[in-house]
Amino acid sequence: MTSSGTAVEFQNVTKAFGTVKAVRDVSFQIQSGELVTLLGPSGCGKTTTLRMIAGLEMATSGKILIGGRDVTRLPATDRDVSMVFQSYALFPHMSVMQNVGYGLTMSKLPKPEVEERAQAGLKLVGLSGYEQRLPSELSGGQQQRVAVARALVLEPEVLLFDEPLSNLDAKLRRHVREEIRDLQQELNLTVVYVTHDQEEALAVSDRIIVMKEAVIAQEGTPHQLYETPQSRFVADFIGDSNLVTGQLEVAVGDTGTVQLADLSLVLPHQGLLSGSVTVAIRPEAIRLQPPTEPGIPGTVRKATYLGGHMDYTVETPLGELFVMDPLMEAVHEAGTEVHLQLKRRGVSLVRD
Amino acid sequence: MTSSSASASLRIRGAGGASLFRHTLLFWLGLGWFGILILPWYHAYDGFWSFIWVSDGWPWDDEYAPGVLQILWFDRVWLVPLLVLLALPFSVVWRPRTHPSVSRMLRFCGGAGLFWLFLQGFAIGLRGWNGEWLLAWLGSPGPAQEGMGYGALLVAACFLFLFTQGWSLRGGVQGDGFVTGTIGLNLVLVALFIFYPVSRILFSALLNEDDQLSLALFAEKLTSPRIWQLRCLYSELSCGVAWNSLWLAVLVGATTTVLGLAFALLVTRTGVQGKKAIRAVTLLPIITPPFVIGLAIILLFGRAGAFNSFLHWAFDIPPSRWVYGLPGVWFAQTMAFTPIAFMVLIGVVEGVSPSMEEAAQTLRASKWETFRTVSLPLMRPGIANAFLLGFIESLADFGNPLVLGGSYEVLSTQIFFAIAGAQSDQGMAAVLALVLLGFTLTTFWIQRRWLGQKSYVSVTGKGDAGVPVQLPRRVLWGIGSIAAPFVVLSVTLYGMILFGGFVESWGYKHNFTLKHYADAFALGWSDEFGLMWQGAAWNSFWTTLQISGISAPLTAGLGLLTAWLLTRQRFAGKDVFEFVTMLSFAIPGTIIGIGYILAFNVPPVEITGTGVILVVCFIFRNMPTGIRAGVASMAQLDPSLDEASLTLGAPSGTTLRKILLPLLRPALIAALVFSFVRAMTAISAVIFLVSADYDMATSYILGRVENADYGLAIAYSSVLIVVMLLVIGLIQAAVGKRQLGRRHSETVNLGGAG
Repeated sequence: MTSSGTAVEFQNVTKAFGTVKAVRDVSFQIQSGELVTLLGPSGCGKTTTLRMIAGLEMATSGKILIGGRDVTRLPATDRDVSMVFQSYALFPHMSVMQNVGYGLTMSKLPKPEVEERAQAGLKLVGLSGYEQRLPSELSGGQQQRVAVARALVLEPEVLLFDEPLSNLDAKLRRHVREEIRDLQQELNLTVVYVTHDQEEALAVSDRIIVMKEAVIAQEGTPHQLYETPQSRFVADFIGDSNLVTGQLEVAVGDTGTVQLADLSLVLPHQGLLSGSVTVAIRPEAIRLQPPTEPGIPGTVRKATYLGGHMDYTVETPLGELFVMDPLMEAVHEAGTEVHLQLKRRGVSLVRD
Repeated sequence: MTSSSASASLRIRGAGGASLFRHTLLFWLGLGWFGILILPWYHAYDGFWSFIWVSDGWPWDDEYAPGVLQILWFDRVWLVPLLVLLALPFSVVWRPRTHPSVSRMLRFCGGAGLFWLFLQGFAIGLRGWNGEWLLAWLGSPGPAQEGMGYGALLVAACFLFLFTQGWSLRGGVQGDGFVTGTIGLNLVLVALFIFYPVSRILFSALLNEDDQLSLALFAEKLTSPRIWQLRCLYSELSCGVAWNSLWLAVLVGATTTVLGLAFALLVTRTGVQGKKAIRAVTLLPIITPPFVIGLAIILLFGRAGAFNSFLHWAFDIPPSRWVYGLPGVWFAQTMAFTPIAFMVLIGVVEGVSPSMEEAAQTLRASKWETFRTVSLPLMRPGIANAFLLGFIESLADFGNPLVLGGSYEVLSTQIFFAIAGAQSDQGMAAVLALVLLGFTLTTFWIQRRWLGQKSYVSVTGKGDAGVPVQLPRRVLWGIGSIAAPFVVLSVTLYGMILFGGFVESWGYKHNFTLKHYADAFALGWSDEFGLMWQGAAWNSFWTTLQISGISAPLTAGLGLLTAWLLTRQRFAGKDVFEFVTMLSFAIPGTIIGIGYILAFNVPPVEITGTGVILVVCFIFRNMPTGIRAGVASMAQLDPSLDEASLTLGAPSGTTLRKILLPLLRPALIAALVFSFVRAMTAISAVIFLVSADYDMATSYILGRVENADYGLAIAYSSVLIVVMLLVIGLIQAAVGKRQLGRRHSETVNLGGAG
């Protein structure tokens, strides 16, 4: 897939509600054909950011470009952007057909073309034959597809999704998010997607922008974010992490030696200076060994059987560590003495 | 795929916004130029809807000449800046609208234009310069001009919307020109038709007979014993009007609250039969002109009334005028305002979560203890609210004290008599108005600030599976003994209203007659003129229907629009905006009436004696009702619906029309009905504003009452009530049913999750 330029660009955008800054000096770029997720806990500014792309909020300062055009002061109506709302926001007094054709009618397309395009949109989401139904006569999943079709038929420069799965039950979520991803890939759409669910973000995104307290904490591919979180926050928010303190000695080049209790590891130093640092250890990066093997000594405090893997809480000189172990052959009971070893993947230095 | 979808996207959503913006600008500019080049600039005395001027001397006549000719022909050079400010915006129309100069130019021209328009209007009056210092500075008498007319109106609108378009270009209110325009329009109207008249009262209170500022006289009037004396506490003489008003208001507030609560409990918490009938009966007074109940009370308890006659016949007690004064007014207002308390309290009682009462019972509280310790305390804010509403309504009521007050003087009627009475003391009227306004505003403020944060009503939208606890026996008995007499009295009073019109002379001659109806509504036929409206009431009847019919949709429209601003838009100063729009609810009609006379009797806005002033008065008196109906129902609609429409390319005006309006039908009906009914039944402000050409039904009836022509008054009143019922039915049929064309539309989940 070749990208053809920048679809959305934020330049030092700030949004203030009174004295509260919901988004502070944020800059990023989104390429055409990319699916980018804005991820963060509630109140981090991700939804405000999305709504500023849509034009539903006006930036207090900074510049917003869509398709290279400055739209900072342009109202939602005049932006080439469509949005799928959390509550779907289907117009309850209009049929499915009228809902999907609404934007086309507003764009002053001739009536036959409106129908034709709306039909095509409904076909795309697999809802042909439902044209005359009212939204209230559809299931939650179907309503969601109508909302997607309604946004899609305008062929917008950017398609926005505001937590589109939050009103669906758990089973359906996985299915629908795959559908959204497939559709995006198939039509090469530029999509900005807001969620607070990190698993969902990892599953659908080309790139993730993690936000925290009105600023961007880190952006990168799902792989980059999971493997090399740069901050304590990102390490903890995306997946699970054990955050422990170690001693770093910076060597020549990009790496340094970290002393963690009895272990010493060579890790990329991430620009940190020698001294006390925080190390993020993924729960699946810890291997539990019998005390005969080398490693950090520890005692299993809790062992939970979860079918596919075991969850352990292990007390060590580094503190209590959370461990996920897929090795179901060698289960360690609570109270057992173990030695902990670290895998290469899933251990990284993070900023506080 | 990429390239095809990109090009297609350009085709679907072109630069629609930019051209729409240009069209909007050109439209308003065109209107402004039409106003200044073509239409008569000044106010014509033939009436707003009279187009006599087209054939009567326009455009060369002084009275009818458009603005441009006023400048060229009649040397009214002070209008020249308006021409310049109307011309300047053309320099930016074809620039890209994102260019900062466009916004700056529009805001400058719009703001300066509006400012200059009003400045010249207020500075140059009918007889030259207005105000001492202008005369001193520029020499007397100076140029003269009439009040503003069509031309000035259009130019004002043009400037206003140029300004709001400029404001939206700066990114104000999400950059939406329609919203900024609506806010601007609202602000200008509220300033002109609420603030300006009220401030004129204040002004008038500060001046002495020679129009000079006199604080000493003001202080003297404000503290006069006529208002504040307390001699009724220790003698037979009456107290000051302020104390009278307050005492009456406290009594009425208390009785309406008790009665309202009794009915609310009766309807929601007991198994009593005929709940629908009770609801209907308690709502009847809303479609009754306020003083009609007073009239029925006279028929029942007046000197020649049924009650006194019975006492005379049975116990030989001579008939007396005991009902006139505090007892009568108290009684009449209680009957009239109990429905308001009922409507407030029924929501409150229903809002008490049954599961809380069930919780109390599982904690071993008896029914009575549950009621006393849980249910009643939960209702307390609502009860206080109902009391304050009754209090304000009583203070503001004009009709009942006028009919029944006797020698018990209250503020609202004394304001009227100070103006209309023999002494005609405008200053005194203004001072009394200020005192009354002080009372109502303070109460309003208390209600909003104190009760606003204290609502315990626990409706969450989640199902509450509990069953309301049955009322304890002693409460049930209490309620029954309060409610039953009220129902009996209500029925009797309405019976009086219905039958009183068919009786020749109440108390003296009780034979059946259609004379009163014939006097009021006779139709005649002559070969020469065709159908003739011979009855005495036809004139005021048609005027009332016409004025109410014009004002109702305007009121509902403006009310819903304001509700939309309040619930759906964010802008700086919204809290103040909300307070101000709801303020007109707290301003008694008498005050609006006197304010309108003071403000609109002279240029620049000279509309007294016209139908326009009545329409305007109704719009601003009744708008709060429309706003409330709108706010309540818009709060139930998911805001994402509008946002979805916006992101799909519909401008906010279209969104309002296509998405919100269809979903707001019930609120629209409520607003239409209320504003129509209130316009039909209003009296307090109206009595100041009617004229020979525009007499309203209520003021006509009141005139008959003052002449003791009760038969015609009662007959006319019952016709009004029937007409209102008909119109309400019609409105419901016209607006209500269309929605039901589809299945299940009401079951749609409108609430957004999260």
